[in-house]
Amino acid sequence: MKILVFAKRNFKEIVRDPMNLFFGIGFPVLLLIALNTMGKNIPGEQFTLKQLTPGITVFGLSFMSLFSGVLLAKDRSSSFLMRLFTSPLKSHDFIWGYLLPLFPMAFIQGVICFIAAVLMGLDFNLNLVLSFITLIPTSFLFIGIGLVCGVIFNDKQVGGICGALLTNLTVWLSGAWFPVEIVGKTFKNVAMMLPFIHSVEISRDALNGSYQNFFIHLIWILGYTVVFLSLAIFLFNRKMNKD
Amino acid sequence: MVDIKTENLTKKYRNLTAVDSIELSIEHGELFSLLGVNGAGKSTTIKMLTCLSKPTSGNAFILGESILTNPFFIKEKIGVSPQETAVAANLTVRENLEFISGIHGSNNSLSKEKAAQMIKKFHFAKYENIRSKNLSGGWQRRLSIAMALISEPKILFLDEPTLGLDVIARRELWDVISDLKATTTIILTTHYLEEAQALSDRIGIMSGGKLTAVGTVEEIIKKSGKKNFEEAFITLAGEETKQ
Repeated sequence: MKILVFAKRNFKEIVRDPMNLFFGIGFPVLLLIALNTMGKNIPGEQFTLKQLTPGITVFGLSFMSLFSGVLLAKDRSSSFLMRLFTSPLKSHDFIWGYLLPLFPMAFIQGVICFIAAVLMGLDFNLNLVLSFITLIPTSFLFIGIGLVCGVIFNDKQVGGICGALLTNLTVWLSGAWFPVEIVGKTFKNVAMMLPFIHSVEISRDALNGSYQNFFIHLIWILGYTVVFLSLAIFLFNRKMNKD
Repeated sequence: MVDIKTENLTKKYRNLTAVDSIELSIEHGELFSLLGVNGAGKSTTIKMLTCLSKPTSGNAFILGESILTNPFFIKEKIGVSPQETAVAANLTVRENLEFISGIHGSNNSLSKEKAAQMIKKFHFAKYENIRSKNLSGGWQRRLSIAMALISEPKILFLDEPTLGLDVIARRELWDVISDLKATTTIILTTHYLEEAQALSDRIGIMSGGKLTAVGTVEEIIKKSGKKNFEEAFITLAGEETKQ
């Protein structure tokens, strides 16, 4: 009950910020439309909806880090979190209270991206649904990254790190709309050791009905997700029991 | 009945002793003001009593329970209005009140009922549906105090509650605090001596982390050998820093 009360408050805080709605939902859809339109004049597969939709959706999910991080950092800097620390909320109430409202947001954002792609001509079939489902662990990953940043940094720093750096890293290191090979072999090797490219590839593979590398991608994504969520819980508990 | 009892309560930060072996006993229904210049140790003492910070040594008992061993029992019984205004920016006045009531365990209908009572008590009717970030500083502070009261705490901690309020709002808040006396134990920190004089049953003066005087206004004046409370405060509040 207390978790839901806290989660409801956090959901309202996020959705009542119009910038969150624009970056979380509007921007990725606009990007999908723009790149797909551009792709019609460029030969090759890279800008087709099958390639773009998973990449843009992962890019959109990276904004979940911004939302979760800024919310937590603002609560810390405004003394609001200090007030809540004097309430009967326990550490698991806090963690779930911050996590829960972001799941439906990530879900809605992904659905809107996929619906936009279908409206632009992507086939609606079972593979598309599976491709969408493969993105669920990625949404946990980005929420976890945001919470870690929210515990460590202030809201302005989170804005820079998650809003600018992480979103750019996600694009560059995931091959969202251009292949990582273009930048070079070393860059590709680095990208393969990070979760972003696996998040896009697992979704692309599912969209194409190909599952040869499914578990390899999933292990990378889940590994990083577990690390970031565990780190967020550890750091939050440490902050709560500081002194 | 003793509601708050401290035993050699001490807090050290590396070489700095912020609170030095405080021995204090506060009766049920008493309004106790903690006075002192900046850095005297008032806020650190409040932080320990509200379970936000652990003592380096010593202990404190709130309603018979130790802050070291049973903080969650204590958190269910206290209300805290922090020094800085701590409200949820994107929630309305009513939502803020209902939220705090909810995390203290009230169900939906009880939270609504309690929020309505607070709206009436603090004259929020005109502002109840306005988001708190759009309120003036004074109204935000009122809201912050109302949020501390909505859970009907047995012990209320008010850390500089009237800071930033105009004269009329301050007097109104004095009335609210006076009404709570006898039923609620109140710990108040303030820089306004006339506020402490008008409201307190007893006053404690802190200097350099130590409690240099405890008693009624008359007892403190007598102890200092001065003519009035202001002179007594200047003498006693500077005692430790001079040494």
